[in-house]
Amino acid sequence: MNSIHDLGGMHGFGPVLREKDEPVFHADWERRTFSVVNLAMGAAQIHVDEIRHAIEKMPPAEYLVSPYYEHWIYGMEALLMAKGLVTREELDRRIAEIAKREAK
Amino acid sequence: MDKPPSRTEPPSSPALRIKALESLLVEKGLVDPAAVGELIDIFEKRVGPRNGAKVVAKAWADPSYRQRLLADGSKAIAELGFTGIQGEDMVVLENTPKVHNVVVCTLCSCYPWPTMGLPPNWYKAAPYRSRIVIEPRKVLAEFGIDVAPDVEVRVWDSNAEIRYMVLPQRPAGTDGWNEEKLAALVTRDSMIGTDIPKLKA
Repeated sequence: MNSIHDLGGMHGFGPVLREKDEPVFHADWERRTFSVVNLAMGAAQIHVDEIRHAIEKMPPAEYLVSPYYEHWIYGMEALLMAKGLVTREELDRRIAEIAKREAK
Repeated sequence: MDKPPSRTEPPSSPALRIKALESLLVEKGLVDPAAVGELIDIFEKRVGPRNGAKVVAKAWADPSYRQRLLADGSKAIAELGFTGIQGEDMVVLENTPKVHNVVVCTLCSCYPWPTMGLPPNWYKAAPYRSRIVIEPRKVLAEFGIDVAPDVEVRVWDSNAEIRYMVLPQRPAGTDGWNEEKLAALVTRDSMIGTDIPKLKA
């Protein structure tokens, strides 16, 4: 399967942009994503190849524009829904609850 | 798996999404909140390129270790205790006066976590992944590394299992240095292949 992730040799991406003294995680959400996704993979017996495959199915424009760890969120959401471990409705409901709580 | 739904609005912020995911997974007993913090701490504070630097320094100081490292990277690195997730199949690539090695994962972000911690963003992003395999000398020059024309550049694309680490050349003028002093010369990027260890001015 070919998709946007297969970047080797593609033209047009410009200079390699490097951040000086880059931290391991740029934000709390990145930290949480790294940890929660790894732990969930163990608990749900999700193999790393499955999550790579899920990420490869991201809409191409989103894949290129989103920060790296957002790929992990996308992949894990998709896999957990496909395996029936969470539903879209549960996720949306919880997101709305948290957003409401944080808006106060 | 269904194809991704088209949307009329952008998705919620990643912060909201991961908070929602985490709280649901904790509720369902799939994720232990204490483990979340511990795993963060391991990779934010305890595991990083200083591990790989110790491997390199030992190889520089001890010729028989160097031989073992090049013959079986996983086994030799395990001697120093740097084993674990994303480091199960290690291959160490020796830089010489005639060969300069550089590592990429064109398809995603494969990187040897136990020896080098988590990769920097540039390693995982489109410019490096796309260009290092077709114009490595140009990309290396952007990193400030000018590889001489008579030196071969080998680009290694990590596959799903194998993790590569570059063994850079030991700088001249370091005779008799102990491993600790040698390790301080080894930069993270020199173990990816986008830097060369040098004596500080």
